[in-house]
Amino acid sequence: MSIQFVQTLVDGIMMGGVYALAALGLSLIFGVLKITNFAHGAMMTIGMYSVYVISTYYGVNPYLALPVSILMLFLIGYLVQRFLIQRIEHAPAHNQLLLTLGLAYIFENLLLIIFTPNYKSLQVEGMEKAIKIGGLTIAPAKIIAFGVVIVVTVLVYLFLYKSSLGLKVRAAAQNDDGALLMGIRVKEIRGIAFGIGAVCTGIAGSLLVPVMSIYPTLGEVFQLKCFVIAVLGGMGNLWGALISGIIIGLVESVSGYALGGSWSELLIYAVFILILVFKPTGLFGRGNRRDK
Amino acid sequence: MINNKIEKYSIIVLLAMAVIYPVFSNSYMISVGVSILTIALLGQSWNLMSGYAGQFSFGHAAFFGVGAYTSSILYVDFGISPWIGMLIGMAMAAAVGVVIGFLSFRYRIKGDFFALVTLAFAEILRVLFNNTKALKGAGGILIPYKNDWSEFQFENDKIFYIILLLMVILATFVLAVISKRKLGICLIAIKESQSAARSLGVPVLKYKLIAMAISAAMAGMAGTFYAQYYGFIDPTVVFAASISVEAIVPCIIGGAGTLCGPLLGAVIIVPLQELSNSLFDGINGLNMIIYGLLIVVFIIFCPDGIYGTIVKRVKGEK
Amino acid sequence: MDILTAKDVCKSFNGNMAVDHASLNVEKGKITGLIGANGAGKTTLFNCLSGYYPAASGKIIFDGREIQGMSAQKRCKLGIARTFQIAKPFGCLSVIDNVAVGGYNKAKDKAEAYKNARESLEFVHLDHKAEELAFRLNTGEQRQLELARALSTKPTLLLLDEVMAGLTPTESEEMIKLIFKVRDSGITVLLIEHIMPAVMKLSDKIYVLDRGKIICEGEPKTVVNDPRVIESYLGKAGAAYAKNN
Repeated sequence: MSIQFVQTLVDGIMMGGVYALAALGLSLIFGVLKITNFAHGAMMTIGMYSVYVISTYYGVNPYLALPVSILMLFLIGYLVQRFLIQRIEHAPAHNQLLLTLGLAYIFENLLLIIFTPNYKSLQVEGMEKAIKIGGLTIAPAKIIAFGVVIVVTVLVYLFLYKSSLGLKVRAAAQNDDGALLMGIRVKEIRGIAFGIGAVCTGIAGSLLVPVMSIYPTLGEVFQLKCFVIAVLGGMGNLWGALISGIIIGLVESVSGYALGGSWSELLIYAVFILILVFKPTGLFGRGNRRDK
Repeated sequence: MINNKIEKYSIIVLLAMAVIYPVFSNSYMISVGVSILTIALLGQSWNLMSGYAGQFSFGHAAFFGVGAYTSSILYVDFGISPWIGMLIGMAMAAAVGVVIGFLSFRYRIKGDFFALVTLAFAEILRVLFNNTKALKGAGGILIPYKNDWSEFQFENDKIFYIILLLMVILATFVLAVISKRKLGICLIAIKESQSAARSLGVPVLKYKLIAMAISAAMAGMAGTFYAQYYGFIDPTVVFAASISVEAIVPCIIGGAGTLCGPLLGAVIIVPLQELSNSLFDGINGLNMIIYGLLIVVFIIFCPDGIYGTIVKRVKGEK
Repeated sequence: MDILTAKDVCKSFNGNMAVDHASLNVEKGKITGLIGANGAGKTTLFNCLSGYYPAASGKIIFDGREIQGMSAQKRCKLGIARTFQIAKPFGCLSVIDNVAVGGYNKAKDKAEAYKNARESLEFVHLDHKAEELAFRLNTGEQRQLELARALSTKPTLLLLDEVMAGLTPTESEEMIKLIFKVRDSGITVLLIEHIMPAVMKLSDKIYVLDRGKIICEGEPKTVVNDPRVIESYLGKAGAAYAKNN
């Protein structure tokens, strides 16, 4: 194996981790709320710009800006669910999809008006120098990103499966009426679930700011990829999303290395269709297949 | 579900407006008219598959693009008149529709997953056309201008307008005929309850595929028109997700599953966008915010669309 | 003569045997009842018979033909019609259009389909609501609509899944009369029913399903006195109590 190939693998895994975190949010929103969130990419971009703004205008280290980004995305997610999606709870599924699509247009173009379509990038002190291990070069920001992804995934897991609020979220996902009878404020819980989903994607976006230039429609690039990963991992399956994210990252970098970037895109979409058609519960089962 | 009298008069009024419109129009207004009619045609196409048959497509760009590319490649490389190319393009689009439909319906993909499958197909075609030399790659196709009606080219844009109007009328007529016949009633039955329809002897798969084929062919027709009218196509334009959205939005605003809805939706949405464009010329993106707001507001407050709500009110169903 | 025979039909969901080697015969021109406690697998067996989903194993013979591999729509063409436990009206179609969907099953053209539809509506006494939108019907009318739709496919065998559920006593009486009328018109009926007096009254023969297995069959009187049936309905303690009192 050439060192270049190993480098490709490492890059794929690193990027895949970030994809995974964004997709985790999408998967959570789908698993709990049964909502196909087309505003997910746009929410990711909001996360990016929030970090960018804070660190450019206030000179704060972008990683220290993360809490602000988290709070902001949580609020956006919570409010969107509570005051918009909740209103059409009983409407046909595709209406919710369209609602989130409309929101995506609004978010993206607000960013466009505020920040112009120009590319923005952030220089972070101490991050310029790539770390060399053997023949491999890895940007420190990517290592930090990967670490944060693992930590956040574990936190989300602990929240969902070990906390009492998480139990309520899962109960609400299983059965609305039953949860309501048990005294869970379902609307509140659903808002929180959406908020957490948005936070995941927001963090993923924030982590990318030090490694790539950002622009208002950047989220679109990630939108469909998140769907691919979430479906591959099984909608609602956290670890599935993590593993699938890394798989897709690897597929992308390896096929990009071997075939060229655009063909890797083609390959990913083809895999997506095959999974949707032949194994809609995802690679690891347990995924929710939305049946009406 | 349709109040025939309201439907008839609404369509007649809209049609009369569309016929009179070019008489008083300058070239800018004609171009707006062409946009309205293009959206109306895409809307009717989506309406059949998703409004009537209930299969929510998020990838009508696939059919639009296939139509546009088929006629354009046949014209540029083989000298085949786009009129014939259009028919072949419609057939190709229908074939793509049937393939997507068969894969999805055979394996019981529905709801949002079906939407994602159609979206992924459109994306695949975009990447494929963008990267294949034989299909002209990212550079797209420039249609040589000849000003010859037999080549689907006209000096006067008003003729383009009239041709497109005829296409919209044809599409609406096809929908009207279908909705009165066995196919239409069975499609609505499938939308409402697939299992009940099946148990009543309705060949569900076959009918859904027919709906997809006709719908895709209509979108393919719109694609050829687009190529001939604008004279240039490339993959990022004709296979864009925005085309798929433009097929959906007029139905949401006007009312999906009604004959008149998409027409009304197109008449409302395009002028509104033009207006916001001219009012806020300097502010890039504001018109898209209005577009997004329109979707959100309609989905929340008027999910049956304007026409659908009027019909419901008149029939006292609220 | 039997119009429908099921032999060792099995169906499981996630490893739970919902129907476990169930066999039954439906005699032509008669009304056959299928009863059992909640979750006994009645509807699952029904779904296997009507082709809603395929049986995992076993044979289903209708009119001398093996049909276990056929789709619901093909079975309908052959002459098996069904209703659903939870009525599934096509809400935004008018009542007559609803029935016409079934009417097209054996019709050559639109006129004939609507003729079938109108006849079926008259048969179930719902013709006065023909132009109404289906979602505005009340529960009783929705049941009538389900029946009319099934009848308009011109079946020889009609599967009725709890058509009395949610009906008022008067409506139930009407429904019972209707089912007899269906039988008298030459259509064989197989029905699932919860309401015992109705089944007793209607059925010529009853099958009892318990945890996926047919545990008893026979005339209504024999069946209700069978200890296994009582036990299946009331549980062991209840059965003992019923016996001692």
